[in-house]
Amino acid sequence: MAKDLCKTLADLKEDEALAIVQEKLNAGADPMGILDDTSRAMEIVGNRFSKSEYFIPDLVYSGEILKKINELVKPKLVKEGVAKTGGKVIIGTVAGDIHDIGKDIVVFMLDVNGFDVIDLGVDVSAQKFVDKIKETSAPVIGLSGFLTLAYDSMKNTIEAIQAAGLRDNTKIMIGGGQMSDEIKKYTGADAYGKDAMVGVSLAKQWVGANK
Amino acid sequence: MEKKGEAMTSEEKQEELFAKWISPEGVEYASPEAEKAYKERATRIKDAIQMKKLPDRVPVFVAPSFFPAYYAGITPQEAMYDYDKCCKAFKKFVMDFEPDGNLGAYVPGPGKFFEILDYKLYSWPGHGVAPEQSYQCNEGEYMTADEYDALIDDPSNFFSSTYLPRVFGALEGFKMLPALTGILEMYGVAINFIPFGLPPVQATYKALFDAGAEALKWMGAMGAFNAEITAAGFPLLAAGYTKAPFDVIGDTLRGTRGIMVDMYRQPDKLLEAMDRLTPLMIKMGVSTAQMVGHPLIFMPLHKGADGFLSDEQFKKFYWPAFRKVMMGLIAEGIVPMLAAEGHWTTRLEIMSDLPKGKTLWMIDQSEMAKAKKTLGKVSCLFGNVPSDLLVVGTPQQVKDYVKNLIDTCAKGGGYIVSNGAFFDQAKPENVHAMVDAAMEFGAYK
Repeated sequence: MAKDLCKTLADLKEDEALAIVQEKLNAGADPMGILDDTSRAMEIVGNRFSKSEYFIPDLVYSGEILKKINELVKPKLVKEGVAKTGGKVIIGTVAGDIHDIGKDIVVFMLDVNGFDVIDLGVDVSAQKFVDKIKETSAPVIGLSGFLTLAYDSMKNTIEAIQAAGLRDNTKIMIGGGQMSDEIKKYTGADAYGKDAMVGVSLAKQWVGANK
Repeated sequence: MEKKGEAMTSEEKQEELFAKWISPEGVEYASPEAEKAYKERATRIKDAIQMKKLPDRVPVFVAPSFFPAYYAGITPQEAMYDYDKCCKAFKKFVMDFEPDGNLGAYVPGPGKFFEILDYKLYSWPGHGVAPEQSYQCNEGEYMTADEYDALIDDPSNFFSSTYLPRVFGALEGFKMLPALTGILEMYGVAINFIPFGLPPVQATYKALFDAGAEALKWMGAMGAFNAEITAAGFPLLAAGYTKAPFDVIGDTLRGTRGIMVDMYRQPDKLLEAMDRLTPLMIKMGVSTAQMVGHPLIFMPLHKGADGFLSDEQFKKFYWPAFRKVMMGLIAEGIVPMLAAEGHWTTRLEIMSDLPKGKTLWMIDQSEMAKAKKTLGKVSCLFGNVPSDLLVVGTPQQVKDYVKNLIDTCAKGGGYIVSNGAFFDQAKPENVHAMVDAAMEFGAYK
């Protein structure tokens, strides 16, 4: 009986999902097929999150299960992973702020939604953002911050991107605990996302418009 | 005859703590006006909290993080390393803004003390963040997924021999210490003391002596500050703090990711550990409140916010142990002062299951009208003036916001004007506008 990996993973049944993967691999199944299933499952997880059926712990846990599945599948892969087709997104927590929980969730959701995410980490200087945009030509930039001090760091970062002549080709979103539409205006960003799925839909919208 | 201890009801205990707070012993007020102002402010806050009678007007708090340092023109690094400068900055803040309630000068903490102990849990100015920025937590799994049994078996021993050496580099020597419960009788007793003769343990004790001396020095400055602003007529809001058991584990032991995964992989262990920590968290609050003679114990809330848990998870993991801690404090006459930073709108109904007039809630971005209709029925609320408004808004916008808040929340008492999240940056004129608006629109006629 073929058990449904996609449904099992989307329902966060860890032991069952891992057993199915192991069974499939033992039977010589194509690892790419398994990864297809997991991608579809993560799409369902994302949808449930945007409908408030799932919450942050569900996202975190799905990521943990996915990590374990990838560990099982990786040795069997002929080529490296699934090609990212969603477009490039540069993301980081702005200078002076070292909070990463929110940023990591956005990175994870962008990643499972097919984006090629370049995660610059925390306490990222304006110059580092500018250099990375030059190097990769990423059309979407995500600035994360938790503290009120991040307001000015975001503003400075966006001004630096402007000064480097890169602003017209980029769309910039901000996110974090004390962010709002007022802060979007203050920093000069294009949008503020109240949670990770808003970040994903903004990125989809912007990359789509760019093509 | 005066009743004592066991014989007193929680109501009586609360009244007694409030009385001690409103008329503190041994204070030499700066002037008769200052004494009058102190008593009026403290009474105003008490009336707002108890919800039995209306205060003369809506009280106002200003609850900053590092704002007083920036406002006084010093860096957070200076505030952490120069206790005198720190106290001057916080005094200027209290004197200039004149809030009914203030939280003292404890926020910056003693920088040198953290240095002596090589504190790894936080990055602070000059140690991982720039001098002009506030300290920030380095989340991690300071307790691993398989250590629940060790924590449950003996929380104190787990903290001293496992957790503390992980978060304080200088406490490495604690790893070698025996469980003190092995020290029983003449036969074999000396064996337990061998570790104290070893160089790493002695180095740890040396660091502890130095850290203790520095902590005392800092506390001396804080005590002098408290005495000075009390004498000037400004009541301090909290005696000390404790935490919700879920946050104890989720913030600094297992971390956000760790505790979230534990809810799925080992829910029973997590629940058992929270059970074990609950009486310890009650004791932590009760002993401080009784020592200081102050009714308010601060509880910062973190991982129960909207989205961080499903409703089901909140009801199963967060709320029951948290409520037990609150009820344990309330039984001793203490008013838990809960800081619900971020959004808690979806939790408001559940959180309303509390006795009336026994808690004080800081509300940040939760829907205020709903908060008033739910939690606000049983508890005094303060806050909701947003951080972003204080930074980028105008004084007029702040005034309008506060007026609207008073219209929504102050009817019938049980509301205190305040910012909603502990803040670093703000335009001083906006903070003034918040306080002024409470005076202008807050009178109960």
